Amino acid sequence: MTFVPKPKVRHPLLEFNEIGLTRRDYEGSVSTLCAGCGHDSVSAAITIACNEMSIPPHRFAKLSGIGCSSKTPSYFLGASHGFNSVHGRMPSVATGANLANHELYCIGVSGDGDSASIGVGQFAHIVRRKVNMLYIVDNNGTYGLTKGQFSATNDRGSTSKRGVPNLYSPIDLVSMALQVGASFVARSFSGDKTQLVPLIKAALMHKGFAFIDVISPCVMFNNHNGSTKSYQYVREHTAAMVDAQLITPHEEISVEYAPGTVKEVDMPDGSLLRLRKLSETYDPHDRIGALNHVQRAQEQGDVITGLLYVDPIASDLHEVLETTSTPLNQLVESDLCPGSEALDGVNASFR
Amino acid sequence: MNPTDIHAPAYFHKVVDCQWACPAHTPVPEYIRMIAAGRYTEAYMINWESNVFPGILGRTCDRPCEPACRRVRTEEKPVAICRLKRVAADHKGDIEAYLPHVPTTKNGKRIALLGAGPASLAVARDLLPFGYEIDMFDRDPAGGGMMRSQIPAFRLPADVLEEEVDLIVNMGVNATYNYEIKSMKAMLEMNYDAYFVGTGAPRGRDLDLPGRQEVDEHISIGIDWLSSVAFGHTSSISGKVIVMGGGNTAMDCCRTSKRLGAESVTVVVRSGFEVMKASEWEKEDAMSEGIPIINNRPPKEFVHENGKLKGVIFECVKPVEQDGRLKYIPTGEPDVFIECDHILMAIGQENHCPWIERDIGIEFDKWDCPILDEVTLQSTHPKIFFGGDSAFGPENIIWASAHAHQAAISIHLACQGKDPKDERPPEGLNLISQKMGVHEWSYDAEHDASKRFIVPHANRSRSLDNIKVEVELGFDELLGSREAQRCLNCDVQTVFTERLCIECDACVDICPMDCITFTNNAEEEALRDYLTAPAKNLEQALYVSDDLETGRVMVKDEDVCLHCGLCAERCPTNAWDMQKSVIHIPQLGSYAE
Repeated sequence: MTFVPKPKVRHPLLEFNEIGLTRRDYEGSVSTLCAGCGHDSVSAAITIACNEMSIPPHRFAKLSGIGCSSKTPSYFLGASHGFNSVHGRMPSVATGANLANHELYCIGVSGDGDSASIGVGQFAHIVRRKVNMLYIVDNNGTYGLTKGQFSATNDRGSTSKRGVPNLYSPIDLVSMALQVGASFVARSFSGDKTQLVPLIKAALMHKGFAFIDVISPCVMFNNHNGSTKSYQYVREHTAAMVDAQLITPHEEISVEYAPGTVKEVDMPDGSLLRLRKLSETYDPHDRIGALNHVQRAQEQGDVITGLLYVDPIASDLHEVLETTSTPLNQLVESDLCPGSEALDGVNASFR
Repeated sequence: MNPTDIHAPAYFHKVVDCQWACPAHTPVPEYIRMIAAGRYTEAYMINWESNVFPGILGRTCDRPCEPACRRVRTEEKPVAICRLKRVAADHKGDIEAYLPHVPTTKNGKRIALLGAGPASLAVARDLLPFGYEIDMFDRDPAGGGMMRSQIPAFRLPADVLEEEVDLIVNMGVNATYNYEIKSMKAMLEMNYDAYFVGTGAPRGRDLDLPGRQEVDEHISIGIDWLSSVAFGHTSSISGKVIVMGGGNTAMDCCRTSKRLGAESVTVVVRSGFEVMKASEWEKEDAMSEGIPIINNRPPKEFVHENGKLKGVIFECVKPVEQDGRLKYIPTGEPDVFIECDHILMAIGQENHCPWIERDIGIEFDKWDCPILDEVTLQSTHPKIFFGGDSAFGPENIIWASAHAHQAAISIHLACQGKDPKDERPPEGLNLISQKMGVHEWSYDAEHDASKRFIVPHANRSRSLDNIKVEVELGFDELLGSREAQRCLNCDVQTVFTERLCIECDACVDICPMDCITFTNNAEEEALRDYLTAPAKNLEQALYVSDDLETGRVMVKDEDVCLHCGLCAERCPTNAWDMQKSVIHIPQLGSYAE
């Protein structure tokens, strides 16, 4: 970790966003992770995305479990709400937080250990429940905090730092999320912010459960030649399927693409999600097609990235439960106990 | 862009803005670190080697380093470099052991120094350790030149001046004072092996306006008047005084008048306030002593009654920018009359050598300045060298030191029968890693956000009563060490090794100033636009790496880098390292035997 605090002084030309803040105002404390950890780049990408969206920091809730990844919410959005919960149980806490106040932007950060091992059950169920949140998995295929054992997402045949191969099949969280009903599924790479930042912005604007699996190399224990989650391997085997770009209502649409390759999706807040297909055969609105594609690529050792699936008319848990539009934590006693007359009315409806 | 050649000494030298801006290239961050560590004697000696007069310069330097300070670009106010230099001088211990050895057996070469000002003294210091016999001549009764005659004691106390002048004279200079040099031809007949002319710019300019001749006895030339005050010939001035001119001499004249009993003092300048030649702090000090500065008023006429000066009529003008240059045009307001009894004329000075015959092989240009080689300072006469104000016109003390180092090298080479231009020693660069262990650096990397500290002043009423009371008291050890912490250590460089980089982005993410970008290479103009933060300051270089694994390059904008070392701290492979750049500026010591 670093003992030198990051100076508060900023570049004199650093841009202010619409609410008068700079990217520096979205940072957290200095990372205590190993130097070069991919997770720090993911944190930086979140900072950049949140700043560009001009959302006040206190409108975010950061949620995490246990692990290197789950430490990272300390390192971004220092002026927001946070809950560092029990190992693998972040989904329960996130569900509670989102139910209590649906006006907060929930960002859950988890790891391959937290979500694919101890918390795999919780993960499956929060996807099913369509909790409106951004769920990021910092996926490095290893248990870094306990010195580098294979995690459940480590590919079969990939080796440890000492050259021992992994004997078990991996859990692919992207396939799992697609299978159990996530309405926004993406995969990216910590070393590619040009792809990751727009994905985070689009995911935050998506109504419903948004999942981003970020390959985030562990420089200490899983960045060697036999690894399939090293900086080098990922760079050599990545194939981007669909690029996403979120265009907010006041932004000018400047970049023009060749016709036929672009699909535009209206987002609930009035912004526009522009999808640029990089592969002829890929359709980001076809869930089963996406599932097939991901699985096939996996078999060939390719890492396909980008926005893999999005359901433009998705719903979320509040819609399913038909909750009131006022956030539950703002309901006062008179709302919750409307008096005997109201109770009589309710009772009468059952007679 | 091509990869940056970081091994060319000039590249990292330029990153150390203060050292680059200093004519004598004093290694500023190095001595500031010494001050922070309480090692004042070493800090003093680093200065003494480069600029020769740290105690004097710590009070009087024009400070070209301070506007260049990186801190101006990151947080507005520069490090108080000049005042820190004074801290080193004020708190130093015995320097005896650090001084160069002057051999008693001489090398047989005799050098004449004409003038005993800073340039000549610095040449003497550089040459003496090599066994040269040095004879120095000056018209004044003591050494120091304009440092003694033109800088008033309330800015530079006599003991500070004498300590540093005597130190050099006592190294073995044969000084002849009260010696008016009347002929260069006569000097040449004394058959020295080389001559160094450091006679300054001793002629103050005058203004030939209506009434000038009639009021002659009420007008003094600023530098001559200051000199007569310095040598005790003038000890008072009475009535109302007008000081004409906007340079540092004008400021010294007005503040001296105030102390010598003038009823009122007014500074009148023909140009605007911002473009006055006087240093910012000199103007501030004069104004804070209650002296009004009136701008945009060129004088028209001296008004007198039978030879008794009554005052001066000034025209009213305003500055207008025309073709990128300032021009002054009349405002149409009526002329103003300012009453006065005495005028001090401080409107500039010239180097003036009427005693150099024009037929002895020294050629002069159309401005009557000697024609010199800019590097060697050799005149068209192979034995005669110039330096200080007499070389290229009025500059300042730090330029005199800088010239002196170059002239001393030239003289040394010439005396050995070598070519002063082609056989000069080259500049050099050493890079020394500052990494001592994991997360341990041998310099204080942490950024100090303190604002520039204010220097205490002497009690106003006391200092205005007595010309000998120094106005600035200087930083004490505590303030000095706190101000020293503000230095960004720009000489501890961010050095990048391509083959170690895994392009993990850790440095990009941590850099507080957004200096680092990994991108596809392009031409400089395009590259400057699409960095993490646009690199708008064209005077500051881009540090570009060779191609990396992904085909991209690392580009670092040097402009606002804090040298905090976080990029190196967060680099998993040591592709970034913090290395101290030691720039070797050729000086006669480079030949040390």
